[in-house]
Amino acid sequence: MNQIIEFVNQNLQMIYILILAVFIGVELIKNIPAVLHTPLMSGANALSGVVIVGAILVMLRSDPSNYIALSLGFLAVVLGIINVVGGFAVTNRMLQMFKKKRK
Amino acid sequence: MSVTLSIIYLIATVTFVIGLKLLGHPETAKRGNLIAASGMGLAILGTIFLNDLEVPMFIYYLIGAAILVGSIIGWLIAIKVEMTKMPELVSLFNGFGGASAALIGLVEYGNRIGAGEVSKTITIIAAIAIGSITFSGSLIAWAKLNGLMWKDIRLPKYNFINNVFLLGILAFGAYIVWANTGSSALIYVLLIATLIYGVLFVIPIGGADMPVVISLLNSLTGIAAAITGMLYGNMVMLVGGILVGSAGLILTFAMCKAMNRSLANVIFGAFGADESDPIEGSKTSGQGTIKKTNPSDAAILMNYSNKVVIVPGYGLAVAQAQHVIHELEEVLTKKGVEVSYAIHPVAGRMPGHMNVLLAESNVDYDKLIDMDDVNPQFKNTDVVLVVGANDVVNPAAHNDPSSPIYGMPILDVEDAKSIIINKRSMNPGYAGIQNELFFNQKSAMLFGDAKEALTKLLQELKNM
Repeated sequence: MNQIIEFVNQNLQMIYILILAVFIGVELIKNIPAVLHTPLMSGANALSGVVIVGAILVMLRSDPSNYIALSLGFLAVVLGIINVVGGFAVTNRMLQMFKKKRK
Repeated sequence: MSVTLSIIYLIATVTFVIGLKLLGHPETAKRGNLIAASGMGLAILGTIFLNDLEVPMFIYYLIGAAILVGSIIGWLIAIKVEMTKMPELVSLFNGFGGASAALIGLVEYGNRIGAGEVSKTITIIAAIAIGSITFSGSLIAWAKLNGLMWKDIRLPKYNFINNVFLLGILAFGAYIVWANTGSSALIYVLLIATLIYGVLFVIPIGGADMPVVISLLNSLTGIAAAITGMLYGNMVMLVGGILVGSAGLILTFAMCKAMNRSLANVIFGAFGADESDPIEGSKTSGQGTIKKTNPSDAAILMNYSNKVVIVPGYGLAVAQAQHVIHELEEVLTKKGVEVSYAIHPVAGRMPGHMNVLLAESNVDYDKLIDMDDVNPQFKNTDVVLVVGANDVVNPAAHNDPSSPIYGMPILDVEDAKSIIINKRSMNPGYAGIQNELFFNQKSAMLFGDAKEALTKLLQELKNM
């Protein structure tokens, strides 16, 4: 129990932001038309690639002689950037198709 | 962290919010995507160049190499993938995001546990657990979508096993925090257990439920990213991850609603679950004789009608028939037939799957009509052409309380004057439920691969 209180106490600011972000996310997406469900999902997918920031931090902070940490970090960066670049690019490609036929 | 970097993170966070907002409207979606992407680019560059750590040069080279390699792979996948394969792609990327979070957790566990900070240990364990569940779950979803698993494997009492397994993982995670030994053996056991749980979690879920599963895994990837953000006290990761998490959850619930099922029902009680054999379970329907038709009869029927509604389903995607169907629509329109498409919210294998496919073949926006708007129109429709769809037009959802899909909103194609159903064979759909629509007096079956059958139909129409 003490540990939970300690946890909340240490992270109070982040918990505020977390809760507010949940509400923003819900409000932003709530009334989205079905046409855009797939692009939204792949766009959101690209956003979740923000985990790459953490992966880069892992590599920056690694002890240069800790090859295991460096390799795992390397892999994490590769996977994260695939998610980011691939996600945004494919979303763009999809939306391009939507746009084309509006004319 | 330098002030400049903090400001960059703040800007990136705002671009994510604005980007998502713009993604919600057809006119602004493309801009929204680009805005979010540029914010992401800023955040990545800022993290690399504006850190105030002492970092040897070769690590920068390594990071650069990783980014280069990953960008090329990601880019190639994105430009090469076929639009019919979108669900597979999103699953795969979900898995990558999850794996990235789990790897970060693993490294940081090795670095930090000695410090004995409880809150850090909790976040690290959560990152590893959620990341690896997302990773293995997404890979299974990907394999299922690719047809690498032809059957939904269900262990006996799989609900019970899965739930006990999950409780076991939670208890074990709590033990690692409490014991605080920093032992890497423990963390690898946790990693393997959560990887197995991801497999167990997705494996019993049926293909027709894929839109729900993909949305849910998408949401989990975001949550995994947000947790790693907590680990570093990094706001852009936290907010970005949570935005994805809540967007994914909303889509998940939207998909559940479109199937009139609760999330728990999809996860814990997949179609035809446990004891009853799904096909036997709905034997009240599916009796009688079916009527076959051929491309030329179907073409005549459509040629002399006033209004045709096309109902696309997953079969259209599998056969890559989206271009043929568009051509068919154009030919009919030229002949003065009014043609539209009826889009069920869960048609296909991911939310909005059919919309993307038809957009690829240049079908007009206005011709895609959502379920609620199209249903009243079927009464005035002469011909409904069902292409590779099954469960979304199954009348059992209305009138067979014993059917697993009873209560799910469907497209009321029965109201139309005649129905042409293109299917490869009489095999029941992905959900394994027999469809009495095929035995309806008004129905005629046009057997064959969607692309081949429609090409023949198109040829007949052109010759008229």
